[in-house]
Amino acid sequence: MTLAPRHGTWVIAVCFLVALFVTILPTPDWFRPFRPEWTALVLIYWTLALPQRVGVGTAWLAGLALDVLTGTLLGQHALGLAVIAYLTHNLHQRIRVFPVFQQAVTVLVLLALYQLLMLWFDGITGRPPRSWTYWLPSLTGMLLWPWVFAVLRDLRRHFRVA
Amino acid sequence: MFTQGPSVTTRFVLLLLVSVLLMTLDHKQQHLDAVRAALSVALHPLRVAANLPFDAAHWLGESLSSRQRLQEENAALRSQHLLLQGQLQKLAALEAENRRLRELLGSAFRLPDRILIAEVYRVASDPFQHIIEINKGALSEAYPDQPVLDAYGVLGQVIRTTPLSATVRLITDPGQTLPVQVNRNGIRTLALGTGVIDRLELPYLPNNSDIRVGDLLVTSGLGGVYPAGYPVARITEVRRNPEAPFATVIASPTAHLDRSREVLLVWTTPAAGPTSPALVEGDADAAAPDREGGTP
Repeated sequence: MTLAPRHGTWVIAVCFLVALFVTILPTPDWFRPFRPEWTALVLIYWTLALPQRVGVGTAWLAGLALDVLTGTLLGQHALGLAVIAYLTHNLHQRIRVFPVFQQAVTVLVLLALYQLLMLWFDGITGRPPRSWTYWLPSLTGMLLWPWVFAVLRDLRRHFRVA
Repeated sequence: MFTQGPSVTTRFVLLLLVSVLLMTLDHKQQHLDAVRAALSVALHPLRVAANLPFDAAHWLGESLSSRQRLQEENAALRSQHLLLQGQLQKLAALEAENRRLRELLGSAFRLPDRILIAEVYRVASDPFQHIIEINKGALSEAYPDQPVLDAYGVLGQVIRTTPLSATVRLITDPGQTLPVQVNRNGIRTLALGTGVIDRLELPYLPNNSDIRVGDLLVTSGLGGVYPAGYPVARITEVRRNPEAPFATVIASPTAHLDRSREVLLVWTTPAAGPTSPALVEGDADAAAPDREGGTP
């Protein structure tokens, strides 16, 4: 650990920037209810892969950026992502050995918890969403997880991020 | 591995507390505007980049369209311009007359002072919140609560400004309320956002009120945010319920809420008082004593 110090921090940073970018990228109207929580997915991957480097701090900063970009209450996404990072961090040794299907289900639970927190804060600030389609991003997130995992793992191996 | 720094749990709890503190400060208070503005400026390139494909497509569409099409469009715009110019002449005379009559009555009347065209960032946000970002901010003197229009009617109001951008809440956002007036007979009521982009609700109209499908709603100017007289919506449905005290009235906004690319930021003069330069300069002597009377 001490011999191989932080390598490839920029890869992680670029991943988060791309996730933020894709989050605010305009999409056709029919796709809007399905848009997954990219930042949360990227965060879960890096927390699983490098729990000693990516954790609640990174999550919180990424969440703050997300708050500013999407115009929500300052600290709302920051808190949600920090919760995800904390849980993933505590469970990473178990989740890592899961088969990919089981991993996807775990991701679904994490994302749903995240959305539940967001729903809670939206409710407190007086604008509850009215439709069940609110929960679709968690499902798309789960379905996308195998691909996100594969792509990010290849990236990590290619740039030897450790 | 975890030898330096506080443990993950400690850090987590700390960050949770900071988040809750931030949210409490941010909710309905303006303490964190500077922080938000700084972060927003730092992240501005990301927003511009996300908008880039659409700007590029727009530019390509313009530069690749045929000469004939451009000429046709130019001719159509010319004739439309002529038509509008003609109507505007009449309007200028009417406006002057209206202002003179109102000054005689001593009523406070607000006229839009200055208008600035802003462009909508096509960046997506939460589909359940009707919020858009525009490319003019505090540097262009936009301010919170400022009304925003498009070419067809009222769009919403600015809720937050940063130096380079502003956030606008559309009139259909759930929790948004707009004081309106029926243009035909002057009935005043409130229009509530529903969270559906083509739907406003008017829940406070009694069953026997004189309202019909097709009536135009305009801003009444009562809330102090929107200038009076701008079109808001058209009534699409009136259902009178004999068992309930209020009728169910649904309206559809006239502004193109989900399609507008350019929007108008409006600055209104403050309520016409003795200090208002816009009204005093006309005929100061004739109307000055009456104006103290305020709004009838």
